[in-house]
Amino acid sequence: MTLQAAKMADSASQGLGRQVERSDLANQRLRSALYFLLPMLLTLAAVAGWPLARSIYFSFTDASLNKLGEAHWIGFSNYFSWVTTKSGKTIYIGVLSDPIWWNAVWNTVRFSVISVVLETIFGMAVALILNADFPGRGFVRAAVLIPWAIPTIVSAKIWSWMLNDQFGMINDILLRLHLITDKIAWTANDQTSLYAIIMVDVWKTTPFMALLILAGLQMIPKDVYEAADVDGVHPVKQFYRITLPLVWPALMVAVIFRMLDAMRIFDLVYVLTPNSAATKTMSVLARENLFDFDKFAYGSTVSTLLFLILAVFVILYMWLGQIRFDGGEKT
Amino acid sequence: MSEEFRYQLWKTTKWTAFYFAVLVLCVVSIFPFYYAVLTSFKSGTDLFRVSYFPDTFTLENYASVMTQGSFPLNFLNSIIVSAIVVAISLLLAVTAAYALARVRFRGRGIILLIILSVSMFPQIAVLAGLFELISAMGIYNTLLAVIFAYMIFTLPFTVWVLTTFMRDLPVEIEEAAIVDGASPWIIIRRVFLPLMWPALVTTGLLAFIAAWNEFLFALTFLSSNTTRTVTVAIALLSGASEHEVPWGIIMAASVIVTVPLLVLVLIFQRKIVAGLTAGGVKG
Repeated sequence: MTLQAAKMADSASQGLGRQVERSDLANQRLRSALYFLLPMLLTLAAVAGWPLARSIYFSFTDASLNKLGEAHWIGFSNYFSWVTTKSGKTIYIGVLSDPIWWNAVWNTVRFSVISVVLETIFGMAVALILNADFPGRGFVRAAVLIPWAIPTIVSAKIWSWMLNDQFGMINDILLRLHLITDKIAWTANDQTSLYAIIMVDVWKTTPFMALLILAGLQMIPKDVYEAADVDGVHPVKQFYRITLPLVWPALMVAVIFRMLDAMRIFDLVYVLTPNSAATKTMSVLARENLFDFDKFAYGSTVSTLLFLILAVFVILYMWLGQIRFDGGEKT
Repeated sequence: MSEEFRYQLWKTTKWTAFYFAVLVLCVVSIFPFYYAVLTSFKSGTDLFRVSYFPDTFTLENYASVMTQGSFPLNFLNSIIVSAIVVAISLLLAVTAAYALARVRFRGRGIILLIILSVSMFPQIAVLAGLFELISAMGIYNTLLAVIFAYMIFTLPFTVWVLTTFMRDLPVEIEEAAIVDGASPWIIIRRVFLPLMWPALVTTGLLAFIAAWNEFLFALTFLSSNTTRTVTVAIALLSGASEHEVPWGIIMAASVIVTVPLLVLVLIFQRKIVAGLTAGGVKG
């Protein structure tokens, strides 16, 4: 493309009337493309690029919330460092030696893996249902969108009311069905709180997963199934031998996309189980250090580490998703 | 048993199982919101008596949510913030998408790569730097702070979806305008905008929903009752003590916040589904 432009410019310089016009036109288009892109790129630089660079910078300093201007460079000390006391004992400091950090990592990973696996299974089931032809499908499709349409904070509040230990309907139903004998404090109990969060997340996000999988399902040509039916292939076998392999790429992209989202979870944890070590995720840990504990540099370090972890997933997503970056002509 | 009968039995079982699954799916999807609505119409001791069907009806909770406290103001804040965020991001995105989709230049791939990367950023990664920037600009605790911050997720998404949309339009539609000597700005306004209404409505709606639902930035950059948006207001609604959580009022506020979204989503169902699968926006 640039070659072409160069050629045009070249022939233009030879003074061919028609070419001059085209060259001017091409240049004009290029110039306006630049003007059109500039506001967007500047906004992104201001709202994403610069703040990201500053956050990473703060993770190498001793910054505190009220004295951001007086931050001093301290190298990797926030990440990992050690001091040897006079008695010869070595004390490790920094986020990477902090059990609280590793607890948050463990919580986040557990939450992400379990909820994404469940969402994938349920999402597949819902997608298969929506892909079938039956009366009332329009209604079901609309109903399925409801959990997605409810703001996360609102669904957290609704579920924390339903999961309420004294007056919640979940305990009421389970008691009536004689599945439990005593009321359970779902969100306050360290044994159940993470699972409560997983449940709410699965409820809220399965529709999204289902829609992504459904889009993949609808790409599969119908005649493949017709041929299988003629050959008398069992529907279960059809699913494993036709549906799953064909929908696999779309499924993988959806899974990684959801993983990215799950790893940065904040809202649900913040509202459902405030100040609980059993559910504290990396994002929650970062924010409380930044703004509640006056450990700004430490919080920046946590957020930078989370950023690095997610960067790996982003690269995976782009690689597996075979995203088109040509932006250009249809081929 | 005859072969025919067994076949019929198998078919009936299959359909029963299928419709049972459909029923469970519908109940699980709808019930929590239904229960929230139910709770919002209860007050006093009725709240603490579990019931599954409407048996009492009072608008007390709605009355107190709309008159006491700053909820109406928070609601207004959310509308202002979301509307402005949508307007700015669409304006910036349409022109940028035109440049990215219709003009061939060097570095286009890299710009698209950057845009997609930004859309997958964890917001927490920029929180510290954004806080410094917003404080330095003197807009901390104003609506401008969150309007600015929200660009980080609405802008990449709108640019990406509009670029894929414009890229797939045939070359011919522009040619006549180019031959006539129309400037790119005229081409966008006269040729592309009329064609793009469906895409603009979808992306605008999804950006609106994302801004309406946002919590982390709003919680961090807005610090007083009068400047907060609805999500933060609902999260921070609490009673005098931990044991006096005003569940009725919280549920009324939740219903008020959710109903406009539900109406929009159900009206624009098909467009939203198409937009979601095109852009993979966070839910």
